[in-house]
Amino acid sequence: MESPKERRIGSDAGPLVRPYALTGGRTRPQGKRLDLVTILVATGAVSDEWARMSRDQRRLLELCRTPHTVADLTSQLDLPLGVVQVLLADLYRQGLLEEHAETPLTARPDPRLLQRVLDDLRSL
Amino acid sequence: MTFAASDAASGAPAGSFAAARLPFAGQNGVHVALKILIAGGFGVGKTTLVGAISEVRPLRTEEQLTDVGTGVDDLDGVERKTTTTVAMDFGRITFPDGITLYLFGTPGQERFWFMWRDMVFGAIGAVVLADTRRLASSFSSIDFFEEHNTPFIVAVNCFDGAKRHTTRQIRTALDLDPRVPIVLCDARRRDSAKHVLTTLVQHALDTDTR
Ligand SMILES: Nc1nc2c(ncn2[C@@H]2O[C@H](COP(=O)(O)OP(=O)(O)O)[C@@H](O)[C@H]2O)c(=O)[nH]1
Ligand SMILES: [Mg+2]
Repeated sequence: MESPKERRIGSDAGPLVRPYALTGGRTRPQGKRLDLVTILVATGAVSDEWARMSRDQRRLLELCRTPHTVADLTSQLDLPLGVVQVLLADLYRQGLLEEHAETPLTARPDPRLLQRVLDDLRSL
Repeated sequence: MTFAASDAASGAPAGSFAAARLPFAGQNGVHVALKILIAGGFGVGKTTLVGAISEVRPLRTEEQLTDVGTGVDDLDGVERKTTTTVAMDFGRITFPDGITLYLFGTPGQERFWFMWRDMVFGAIGAVVLADTRRLASSFSSIDFFEEHNTPFIVAVNCFDGAKRHTTRQIRTALDLDPRVPIVLCDARRRDSAKHVLTTLVQHALDTDTR
């Protein structure tokens, strides 16, 4: 398989790498559903995969030393959401990332949280 | 694995993940994230609204892939997949109490519904922006949120020179449930955008049946 680096093209042509070359061609994340506002944090687990990880995956792990949402991570890496979701799901499956326990996503936010947001917005 | 940089702000020793799991105060990481969706046809003021009230960041997503690959690891398949980048409106409001509110704006046309379907789970609710000069462009967004039982409000963007209508006329034209709030707004103004968002959150609280 060609490495993504060999796919670099002129910067005018859009993304430097065909996005899904970064994921080994996979377009669907495996396992964990990662919402735009799912908060992920590094578990601190040590991985022997570290040397084989892509630059983007290392960057994601580094960012997740503090809790980050999928949306923030996607924005920081400047890759398409679908690509970042695949990369994150891999790290999650390897036990390197976990969902930040404070706020697992439920179908509807808790009314107490809604009330807090309402107060917060009013005092903006 | 170790990281070179020390994490001074959270007091973590260099190369340690330890602090990442502790609750921290201030801006060091996101601890509670909530989202609001901003829907509406092209040119209705979604980008303007998000920019008026929040810190805007770039967010790329892509329009439906043509899934012609045979196996998941088939790179040949990748070659034939077509992706069109869609820039989603993405705004963040960070509150001092540790809540971060995310705003996501996406066109309301049916061909974008696959994105809405992914985003609607867990959302506080949605703001459907409407322009009185072409109310029909809001129909599909309203259909979507009604279908998904998502709390939503309609915010009518009062463009200069647009003929003003009463909210009653607009409600009739949109065939809107009497409980769905309609607010008039100027998407360029922060206080107006703030009013739109507070109306939605209040509505979400009011319709919470738990
Ligand atoms: N007069 C006026 N113009 C607006 C208002 N909101 C948006 N606009 C303008 O309408 C155009 C389309 O707005 P935009 O936010 O890009 O719409 P979007 O396609 O829904 O993101 C821009 O030129 C805005 O400056 C408003 O409340 N009043
Ligand atoms: Mg726009």
